[in-house]
Formats: sequence, structure tokens, C-alpha cells
Amino acid sequence: MSAPEVFQLSLGPLTGVAFGPDRTQLAVSPNNNAAQIYSRGAQEWDLQTTLTEHDKLITAISWAPNTNRIVTCSQDRNAYVWTQLPTGEWKPALVLLRINRAATCVKWSPNEDKFAVGSGARAIAVCSFDEENNWWVSKHIKKPLRSTVLSIDWHPNNVLLAAGTTDAKAFVFSAFIKGIDAKPEPTVWGDRLPFNTICGEFKAPNGGWVHDVAFTPSGNILGFVSHDSAVNLVYPAGPGLPPQALITVRTPTLPYLSLSFTSEESLIAAGHDCQPTVFAVGQNGWEFSHSLDDPASSGSRGLTPTATGTRSVSGPGRLNNEAFNLFRQADTRGQTKPALAATSGAAAGMTPVGADGLLLTVHQNSITDVEPYEWSQTGEVAKVYTVGKDGRLVIWNVTGKPAGGLPGRMAGLQV
Amino acid sequence: MSNTLRPYLNAVRATLTAALTLENFSSQVVERHNKPEVEAKTTPEVLLNPLIVSRNESERVLIEPSINSIRISISIKQADEIEKILCHKFTRFMMMRAEGFVILRRTPLPGYDISFLITNFHSETMLKHKLVDFIIQFMEDVDKEISEMKLSLNARARIVAESYLATFT
Repeated sequence: MSAPEVFQLSLGPLTGVAFGPDRTQLAVSPNNNAAQIYSRGAQEWDLQTTLTEHDKLITAISWAPNTNRIVTCSQDRNAYVWTQLPTGEWKPALVLLRINRAATCVKWSPNEDKFAVGSGARAIAVCSFDEENNWWVSKHIKKPLRSTVLSIDWHPNNVLLAAGTTDAKAFVFSAFIKGIDAKPEPTVWGDRLPFNTICGEFKAPNGGWVHDVAFTPSGNILGFVSHDSAVNLVYPAGPGLPPQALITVRTPTLPYLSLSFTSEESLIAAGHDCQPTVFAVGQNGWEFSHSLDDPASSGSRGLTPTATGTRSVSGPGRLNNEAFNLFRQADTRGQTKPALAATSGAAAGMTPVGADGLLLTVHQNSITDVEPYEWSQTGEVAKVYTVGKDGRLVIWNVTGKPAGGLPGRMAGLQV
Repeated sequence: MSNTLRPYLNAVRATLTAALTLENFSSQVVERHNKPEVEAKTTPEVLLNPLIVSRNESERVLIEPSINSIRISISIKQADEIEKILCHKFTRFMMMRAEGFVILRRTPLPGYDISFLITNFHSETMLKHKLVDFIIQFMEDVDKEISEMKLSLNARARIVAESYLATFT
């Protein structure tokens, strides 16, 4: 595995990240009400534009690859669709979300003709374009939701929508909109799918908020990560039947915040543990496979991320090199030696800390999002990116890992 | 370090590490607000079970986790009247300067001597393991500090008494 690429885009968390169609552009929000668009330079990301229309923290950004539209949603209860003018400027269009609490997550559907916005108003707004009035209108999924929606994901058939909520449940809904969607092919999730049909409601055995949901590339399996540090996989049996299997892979780490399938048989989950980990189907079914950034094996430390991109106006100017950060941390974040050296093999979930007081992993704070970045010619995910609360964007190589386990990893090894 | 202090602090450290898994969570009750749920207590499903780690009856730590904030309340050992007074003065001195300590709460929870409130904004701007280190370091040092103060207070009382009574001999 070659070393991951590390970019420090901000000093604070990155709250929404979306890549442009050809991965040379990047939209990101540095934990405030502005969305920044970067373009890829030789070594770094250069700030191009800042989209300022929201007046509170932007919670999520989604970029439609084919139609080149960006949708941003924010805690100010609004969402905007940004379209690029021929001059290169981005023009916002307000979406009539009709929600009265923060919007928490947003995602374009695979066909890019609608998008869904999860919210704290116990509703999901499914938005589509209204040609007559030239604005985006929304239809609400309300019924079984009793708490904030933390995450959503679209099924590849453009109709089914998965959602994870803080009342510890993951749902699969139909978001069929008449006039936009053709009647979908029957799937394992159901055959008759009018809007707001509940195709499934799942709960992790140990409970805990559902932080992220994801469909496999085929859409036949649903995965979700919950606050009980488990990765759960649902195999539906058919419409109206209880699921064929609900597999729970429990881990001793801190809870995961995001997951993403790299194939039908492998997924990458990342979260408060600061390292992306791979789960795959092994001899005993789904199991923990390996970590992409194992602090136990050396090598991670060599990656000193260099400052990149243009600093935001509010940032501390050009004083952002490593030495500065080190002293700054010693000053603002306390002593340089740990107070009570954690005993070796200390409690679960403690990421090892280096002698300089920083974590041994690349990310220094929780990873909030992991998504596929690049696909190989065979259609498998070759690279994934992660973003964290430490303001870093990291692009990881995922070695192709056919079911063989270790041999698969060795195949990708280069000496 | 005595035999019981290490497992006690290790238990607190492990609990804090697990509880410091916070994320930004905008209020579900009041629109456009973002408040620590552990203080607001208006949304039951985002609160987790509070947990007490106790070393003996007088020394214990209450940890209340929630989705975007945790509250840590510490009960400091107070063996006698002098320690009680010293502890009260010491914690009061710090809580009056709470903004200088960032995560310190201005009033302790009833039954406890000092409380900390860590929100997701703190865990985003500071290293999480350093926050845990800070709390553990505080717990380690506060006992030491109070016993030292007690010793110097006694020594001072003796000197004062001796020099006062010396005039009568």
C-alpha cells in the first residue's frame, strides 16, 4: 500500500465534503456558514470561490457529478442548490424545505433529478424540481420518524431511501415521486412502492444512535453503524417479511461515524477511533479485516501533513507550519507529556499516543465521513477519502482484496 | 501512587475516553439553537445513562454523557473540617475564574464539589486525549494540593500559636 495523501484544509472540523465530477474540484465547509470550493493544484488544493448564503453552520454538501450542481444544507433550516453559470460563478436557488429545525444531511439521488434532506424536525424532505414555478419543492417523509435524522443514503434504483436516526433505528423508505420516477423494478425491498412506503425498520441489538447508513453497490444489503460500536448488515427477505438476517459485527473500538461499501463483500467504516477500518466477508461471514491506518505498525508517523490550500480569512494567517502548531498545542492544549501514562494495553478504544503528544494515526480527531474516491477499471473501489474533525482530508489506497483475505493484501504489496 | 488510586483513575480514563464521542447536534426542541443536551435535558433519546465511578464513599466521579456534551462532576475527599473549608475555597477560587479553564462549569452539581462540561465544540478544537489527561491530572493534583495546603495551614497555626504564647512565658 502506498502512503495516503494528506491535506490540511482547515484547523477546525470539515463539516461537509463533496468532490466535483472529475475529482479536480472539492466543496468543503470549514465548520461555519460558508462553503469553499477548491481546485486541485499540483501539490495542494487552491481556494477558488466561497459560497455564502447560509447564516448558520453548513452540515452537509452533495455534488451531483453529471449535472454539476451542488446542494448545501445548514442548521439554519435551509438548503440551496447551486448551479454554475457559464462565467464560472455559482448561483444559489433556495429550496422550499418546509422544515422548522436544522437540516442535518443531504444527498443527490443516483439519477440526480431529486435529493433528500434529513432534518431535526423528525422529517426527511425529498426535493424535486418544479418546472412550472422554477423552484425546488419538497415532499415530507414523516410518519415513523420520531427523532433527528442523522444520515441518509439512496438505493441505486433512485427510489428507495435509507435513513438512520437518533432513536436508534434505521429505516428504508420509498421516495417515489410521480412524474419524475418511472415505476421501479421490483427489488428485494418491495415491489409496490408509493411514496412513504416503509420497506424496513431495523434496530441494532444493543441500541445506540444510528450514525450512518449505506447500501451496497447492488442495493440488496443495507449497512448501518450505531453508537454501540457495531457494524450492522441487513439482508432483506422480501416485501413484508422480517429480514433474512441482521448481522452485527461488534468491535472493541470507539463508535463508528461513517461507513461506505467498497464492494458487495467489503466495507470501510471510520469514526471516533481516528482510523478507517475494513470489514469483509471472511470464512465466518462478516468480520473485521484490517485497519488502513494501524497505529501499531509504524509508518503512519512519517506523514507530516503540510499546510495546503489558501487559508480562510479568519485563520491565523501564514503561521501554520508544523513547528508553530507544536508550540501552539503545547500552549493551548496543555502539557506535552501525558499526565498518567496509560498502562500498556489500556482500555479499549484508546488510540495510542506518540511521544509528542499527538495520536499515532493520520487523523488527529474523529473521522466524520468516508466515501469512495476512485474506482479501478474493474469497477472496484481503489481509493477512498476520509475527512475528520481535525480539518484533514486523507485519500487512502484500498488494495483490491478478493475474498482470499491475507493473500489479497499481499498481492497489492510492493517492496 | 497508592494501590487504589491507579485503578480508580484508569476506570475514569476509560469511561471518559468512551464518553468523549461527541458530534454537532442542533436542538430538536428549539429552532436554530444548539445547546448542550446534557444540560438542557429536553430530548431524552440523546442522553445516555449516567455513570458513577467511586473509590470510596467520599471520592467519586459522576459522568453524564449525551450526544453533544458530557458533564463530569467530581467529589473531592474531605476528611475533616479543615479539608472541607480548604476544598470549598479552592474550588470556589477556580469556578470564579471558570472562563480561564474553558471546560469548567461555574457551579457544581449538588452533592459534588466541582463540575466540568465538555461540549462537541471543545472536543473539536482540542485534542480529545488531552482533555482526558487534563481531567485525570486535575483529579491527581487536587488531593495533593489540598493536603499540602492543610499541612502549611497547620504549620502556620503552630508558628502563630508558639510566637503568641511565647510572650507569656
